[in-house]
Amino acid sequence: MRHTISVLVENEFGVLSRVSGLFSGRGFNIESLCVAETMDPQVSRMTIVTSGNDQIVEQILKQLNKLIPVLKVIDFTGVDTVDRELVLVKVNAEGDGKQEVLRLVDIFRARIVDVAPRCYTIEMTGGEGKVTAFLQMLRPMGIREVVRTGKIAISRGM
Amino acid sequence: MQMTGAEIFVKALADLEVDVVFGYPGGATIHIYDALFRNVKVRHMLCRHEQGAVHMADGYARASGRTGVCLVTSGPGATNTVTGLATAYMDSIPVVVFTGQVPTLLIGNDAFQEADIVGISRPCTKHNYLVKETKDLARIMKEAFYIASTGRPGPVLVDMPKDVLAASARYDLPKEVSLRGYRPTYEGHQRQVESAVRLLLSGERPVVYAGGGVILSNASGELAELSHALSLPVTTTLMGMGAFPGSDPLSLGMLGMHGTYAANMAISNSDVILAVGARFDDRVTGKISEFAPHAKIIHIDIDPTSIQKNVRVDIPIVGDVKDVLRKMIKLVKGKKEATAYQGKTAAWRGQIVSWAKTHPLTYKPSKGKIKPQYVVEQIHKLTKGKAIVATEVGQNQMWAAQFYSYEQPRTFLSSGGLGTMGYGLPAAIGAQVAMPGRLVVDIAGDGSIQMNIQELATAVQYRIPVKVVILNNGSLGMVRQWQELFFEGKYSQTCLPHIPDFVKLAEAYGAKGFRAEKTEQVPEVLRKGFAADGPVLIDVITDPGEMVYPMVPAGAGLTEMLLV
Repeated sequence: MRHTISVLVENEFGVLSRVSGLFSGRGFNIESLCVAETMDPQVSRMTIVTSGNDQIVEQILKQLNKLIPVLKVIDFTGVDTVDRELVLVKVNAEGDGKQEVLRLVDIFRARIVDVAPRCYTIEMTGGEGKVTAFLQMLRPMGIREVVRTGKIAISRGM
Repeated sequence: MQMTGAEIFVKALADLEVDVVFGYPGGATIHIYDALFRNVKVRHMLCRHEQGAVHMADGYARASGRTGVCLVTSGPGATNTVTGLATAYMDSIPVVVFTGQVPTLLIGNDAFQEADIVGISRPCTKHNYLVKETKDLARIMKEAFYIASTGRPGPVLVDMPKDVLAASARYDLPKEVSLRGYRPTYEGHQRQVESAVRLLLSGERPVVYAGGGVILSNASGELAELSHALSLPVTTTLMGMGAFPGSDPLSLGMLGMHGTYAANMAISNSDVILAVGARFDDRVTGKISEFAPHAKIIHIDIDPTSIQKNVRVDIPIVGDVKDVLRKMIKLVKGKKEATAYQGKTAAWRGQIVSWAKTHPLTYKPSKGKIKPQYVVEQIHKLTKGKAIVATEVGQNQMWAAQFYSYEQPRTFLSSGGLGTMGYGLPAAIGAQVAMPGRLVVDIAGDGSIQMNIQELATAVQYRIPVKVVILNNGSLGMVRQWQELFFEGKYSQTCLPHIPDFVKLAEAYGAKGFRAEKTEQVPEVLRKGFAADGPVLIDVITDPGEMVYPMVPAGAGLTEMLLV
């Protein structure tokens, strides 16, 4: 099962390698990982998407907690969250395809951020399902390159 | 007051009450060695190899309970400590290793004697540091000792660039350590403890499975008290030898791959297991799906990651073993349930006694060749069970665990988790430095001893009177045993035809050498060797065909033991 884990860490060098080393050293999988500073410049937040059975995920959470620069670990499974991913797509835009791309950009509330003679670069944010659907719709036009940030998540309410 | 990094280092060691540092100098640490030269408080012991230095710090820590300290230079000095770090990490031993590093500006430039030791040691340390500014050095040292010795102990490495040691700053050693990401849980949850006692008392076939955590927590007294209050049979892991007196009628000895028949049968037929400071290692459980099929499990451990890692646990208790055992004792001691419980479990104890009687630890004595088990028994007899015993790894280690009865904690020093050959001699030296009045014996094999034999020079230089007994079977016995049992006796690369003359070797180093070649010589040679001054190496030529039994083959269930 997939889990989104939010980890607050000391904002110091080497923490990312401690976290990623924990995963690689124990054969755990990282599907995506985002890191950035929080409101407190001394603290960073990592959002990690991983998968495994309950026992593996329990170990991951405990092992993360055991790292000394790790301040807090939250498993978002079963928690009501808003999650988003940012994606940049370079897609062919020629002939009739141009109109189709523009229509999809409109429907998905995306934005064109760069225009070249034969392609557009599109910026789009959304939940996982929306991103996947968007890329699927663009595929027939010919996607040249995709860059995704990986998922970030925040709990709802409170 | 302004001081150089090197002076801060030496002063902080003294203020942290470090009495001895095991080390080896080099270019990156030369400022420290200059500062050490002028100091009177911290003793530096010069080893002959950095691996030896870490094992000495480790042996010092295991024997005394204090944190062991090691100081080496950058690059190869640092990488040579990795095996020692991994050894200490697997066995949760508090050690702090200080490494020199190339100057900050050169880091990453493939400078001379540069190694990314912080990166290399990350998976085999509890935590590690690169000191970037001189002003941080004292604080980091304080934190390093705190992290190494608290919670589940473990090794910490501090990497110190040369320019940081040369530059000056104000000496500022904090009184307290505050790490918001590190707050070990010492107190066991009271309601969990109550549930554990209820579960324990509900059973009829209990076993206590005690590991190294009991020793690390200094909780042997509590373990004995609880065990006696309820007449609980106790089996220990290799790391737990000495946590419960081996001669106690409730002691089952060691369990696992080379455990006693009684211990393995008891675990396999139990209905409640009280696991105390142990981690269900594969050498203990055998085939995990067949491990203790009828048992409910209570697991006490200070490290939450140890719980539910290998086996499903019914009642987990995160906390210091000592605190949790005290709480349990309070709930049962002198209560009438305890008496009723002892009655209810009497038949079970009878069953265990009969297992122990039908298949005790034993070997076939022989007139011709010396049996290694006999040698260990003789060491036990001669030392009256009061020595501190270090071991190397392999058959010698298992026989040392099986045929010497350990009555006190911190008297059996062995690389249990990592299984590091070459551990025993330096560990024995470290233990002897910590415990100058005690008799320290290294039970060795002819293979293992050669992995850190150079430390004999250290022992001679500082007149450290360790007694090394080599069970010399001319082979890498444990691997040979596996080849004998599971690879049709094809002894691939396990015969050691060119073994040095250990007596002459000892003498070449300036130590004393003795040899026994016949069974009847053993007691006298041991007596002479142990009575001799200074470091002694005793070469005992043993039967190469002898194997360690019982044995649970790898991947088999615990009840599938090969017996003598």
